[in-house]
Amino acid sequence: MTELFEGLKAAFLLLVRLDADLVEITLRSLQVTLSALVIASAIALPLGAILAVRRFRFRRATIAVLNALMGLPPVVVGLCVYVMFSRSGPFGVLGLLFTPTAMIIAQVIIIVPLIASIAHQSLRDLWAEYHDLLISLNTTQRQRIATLLWDGRRALLTASLAGFGRAIGEVGAIMVVGGNIDHATRVLTTAIALETGKGNFALALGLGFILIALAIAVNFAIHWLTRTEVEGRW
Amino acid sequence: MIRTVFLTACMMLMSPNALWAENIKLAVTTSFHNSGLSEVLLPAIKDDLELTVQLLVVGTGQALRLGEAGDVDAILVHSRKAEEAFLSAGFGTHRREIMYNDFVFIGPVDDPANVGASETAVAALQKIAVARSPFVSRGDDSGTHKKERSLWQAASLETGEFGSWYRSAGAGMGASLNTASGMNAYIMADRASWLNFGNKGDLALLFSGDPVLFNQYAFLPVNPVLHPHVRNDLALKLEEWLIGDRARELINSYTVSGETLFIFNAGPND
Repeated sequence: MTELFEGLKAAFLLLVRLDADLVEITLRSLQVTLSALVIASAIALPLGAILAVRRFRFRRATIAVLNALMGLPPVVVGLCVYVMFSRSGPFGVLGLLFTPTAMIIAQVIIIVPLIASIAHQSLRDLWAEYHDLLISLNTTQRQRIATLLWDGRRALLTASLAGFGRAIGEVGAIMVVGGNIDHATRVLTTAIALETGKGNFALALGLGFILIALAIAVNFAIHWLTRTEVEGRW
Repeated sequence: MIRTVFLTACMMLMSPNALWAENIKLAVTTSFHNSGLSEVLLPAIKDDLELTVQLLVVGTGQALRLGEAGDVDAILVHSRKAEEAFLSAGFGTHRREIMYNDFVFIGPVDDPANVGASETAVAALQKIAVARSPFVSRGDDSGTHKKERSLWQAASLETGEFGSWYRSAGAGMGASLNTASGMNAYIMADRASWLNFGNKGDLALLFSGDPVLFNQYAFLPVNPVLHPHVRNDLALKLEEWLIGDRARELINSYTVSGETLFIFNAGPND
């Protein structure tokens, strides 16, 4: 129990001193996760809309698989990405292993099914509402998808934020593909794992509190930027 | 306006990293990294050679795999048999011994198996087996784990036949020490990791000093014939430095809590 207070103290001290290493790994955490989030959203949100609007043969199976993949084990994803990008793997020539890029790729794979599933779920309800209107207006498929994505943007924000939450706290995959190299691929979560391994629970907890604060701060920032929950605007 | 600035800042954050200076990827064992010696050596290497050493901290088993796949330029590990297999399969160019440290037996302060009074490491393990005291094994095919298994073998005991008192953690040195600390169990650790460990709980160092517990670290550059992209030139430069006088001085003078951890013994190529 005392360790929790020690952890809070460690977090406070790190923040007050604006520890250079802390700033570096925090920025890298943000860089990796936000990049992964932008890429994953660009893939997953339209995918969710297509699944809601279009009727095709394996639609039901696709949705079921996507839902199942929400629980994709990060370590397995990390291992697969590692094997693909290892020097002896098919993409080895790119030399991407143990770089932030490899970490971004792994995180994109982890969060795309999650974002697509949540996006599909909310857009399906919206589509039920818009169906008759959009059909009678004789809209093209592209226009329907664009309308759904725009009018459902609040729900889609939630989908993206769920993806962010999964990515920022993830350690299994990025440990394998990033390697936790100091000043190159160390991020908050891998640093926490490292300090735990050294038995420095206070410092590990301190970093953990900073990670939680970071997640909260990013969520606030996104809500503020997109002006949600403002009176008269919904 | 503020929003635009903020979004631009976010975009800049996401842009790719600046190019690194000359760097080399070196896979090292957790026990080496936990000792803290790397924090002394790496800055010195950067000063002398203008070379950034990127450490991948893994178990010996994974370090060898990374070397086989050509994902690192060199490895620094401590498991002679595995290293020799690595060399004879052609994955490395040669093996250069750098330094050694030693393994110690850690256990509960009250020492229920009376390990502290043992003459040899093998006798200590036999006592633990007879008393059936909880024992945490690394269980991750690392150099330390291999050493531990060879000692059980020397004690003519079969780890597969042990009961639930023998617990295979399947984790790194630090995580295994955490497990042992939580269960108040015996464990074999390298001295450096133990001294630097922050969560000792009721554990204490009970036995050390048997010569079979000496732990030789060796540096193996990855074979550039198999993997043309590895920086063999940088690996050789690093090796040159590691066997030099500066490294000798830094390694021999490195202490934790007043104890010398590593003894420099760089020798000729094997």
